[in-house]
Amino acid sequence: MEAMLEPVAQFFGPVWPAVWTLAKIVAIIAPLMIGVAYLTLAERKVIGYMQVRIGPNRVGPMGLLQPIADGMKLLFKEIIVPSGASKGLFILGPILAIAPSLAAWAVVPFDDGMVLANVNAGLLFLLAITSMEVYGVIIAGWASNSKYPFLGSMRAAAQMVSYEVAMGFALICVLMISASLNLTDIVNSQGEGRFHEMGLSVFSWNWVPLFPMFVVFLISGIAETNRAPFDVVEGESEVVAGHMVEYSGMTFALFFLAEYANMFLVSTMTSVLFLGGWLSPVGGIPDGFHWLALKTAFILFLFLWARATFPRFRYDHIMRLGWKVFIPITLVWVIVVAVWMMSPLSIWK
Amino acid sequence: MDFKTFVFYILSAIMVFAALRVITARNPVHAALFLVLSFFTAGGIWLLLAAEFLAIVLVMVYVGAVMVLFLFVVMMLDINIDRLREGFWSYLPVGALIGVLLVVEMTLVLGGRYFGLEAMPEPPAVQAGYSNTRELGRLLYTDYVYPFELASLLLLVAMVVAVTLTLRKRKGVRYLNPSEQVSVKRGDRVELVSMPAEKE
Repeated sequence: MEAMLEPVAQFFGPVWPAVWTLAKIVAIIAPLMIGVAYLTLAERKVIGYMQVRIGPNRVGPMGLLQPIADGMKLLFKEIIVPSGASKGLFILGPILAIAPSLAAWAVVPFDDGMVLANVNAGLLFLLAITSMEVYGVIIAGWASNSKYPFLGSMRAAAQMVSYEVAMGFALICVLMISASLNLTDIVNSQGEGRFHEMGLSVFSWNWVPLFPMFVVFLISGIAETNRAPFDVVEGESEVVAGHMVEYSGMTFALFFLAEYANMFLVSTMTSVLFLGGWLSPVGGIPDGFHWLALKTAFILFLFLWARATFPRFRYDHIMRLGWKVFIPITLVWVIVVAVWMMSPLSIWK
Repeated sequence: MDFKTFVFYILSAIMVFAALRVITARNPVHAALFLVLSFFTAGGIWLLLAAEFLAIVLVMVYVGAVMVLFLFVVMMLDINIDRLREGFWSYLPVGALIGVLLVVEMTLVLGGRYFGLEAMPEPPAVQAGYSNTRELGRLLYTDYVYPFELASLLLLVAMVVAVTLTLRKRKGVRYLNPSEQVSVKRGDRVELVSMPAEKE
């Protein structure tokens, strides 16, 4: 690989690192965007079959061109800026919504050594970047100068800040037992232990000793991405579409893309932190990117499954679940893990 | 000028501009958003100093949590900027005094020879495996464990006090108890009765 790239590197000279990094970014973002497009189709199909319908099947064979058609439609629609809106912020809203969900992929490892930026504080970076996702929603809601978007963004601010706390504590447990903030190290530390030697790596991953944290992280992830059953931010029956009411065309599409890119991100994070990333579940089979893709797809299916199964939570129930159920559970489990690690029964020595 | 210095000047320029806009923006929401921008660029400058933990925590705490709640409040207030400006001249002397004090303090620190560049030699370059986070954690939980725990205790007290201030008992308020609602069984709400069919 290095030898093959040598002539290209010489051609670009001193700007080569920048060009190479850009190429890597494109190699991450382009498949992600295609994945996002087809996740929307998968969602409609999965929910369709769960409700004994067929789902979209008109555009292309088995409806496979549906996301392309949707994208084209949104691309060619007019962007209408409401007359009372704060124009600059109205446009900035969707941009700020999608930027963090793309920037976070910089530290996500896809395979051993296959990561854009192998930084020491990768986990912290993820937490910081995902905590900025809420700005897009808040700014959009305020800049629209309209009642429903404003209510939606108020809900978003409270909900996303609440669930971040529980998510943060779940991540503290993970970093305690892997003794590292580097995501590659976190994955590698899951491929050790007694079960791994027996050839059952699936039980040496973090989801077994940290099972409560795994569940809390997954549910908080659904709440963070404002997906059903936590989608009160855009609850149709109450606030029409929340922060997206006044948006049309591509600005609306950006919110849509951001939501699905966030789903991808949370699923990948769950796979990396709790389900062993690219490690294979049993011994003797080679590890690789395909395992990460399979695990991510499974978690994504859980997202869709939850949407088709549960009715929307009432707002006070969401707040109660976040503050009065998840945060006490995570606090207790942090202490349990700390005591466990210091006791002779520790399995992480 | 190497690349690092170049980045530093860009970040500083953005930060100074954003900080100026915080106090000059007419709209309080715009001002709050410019404050977010200046926090974010400050995080970038700390990253240049290889203090990645502090930088990321600054973004996480101030940008991700504090400013969100700040915006939350600012957006809900209908602030009339003209009425706020009415008392400008009466507040000016106090404001000017505080401003002068700040300038004096900063000149003392920045200009004094005990704080100058020669008094603070450049720290040795970090090794490849150096982790700022690990070093901070080690210091906080060994050498400075008592001050650290004391500070966290103070914060906990402040938190409890803040919560207590919002607590008030009102009589005659009806509210739903989610725990009770969730734990409701069918038998609590539906009574099945067996009755014979009525004949005409």
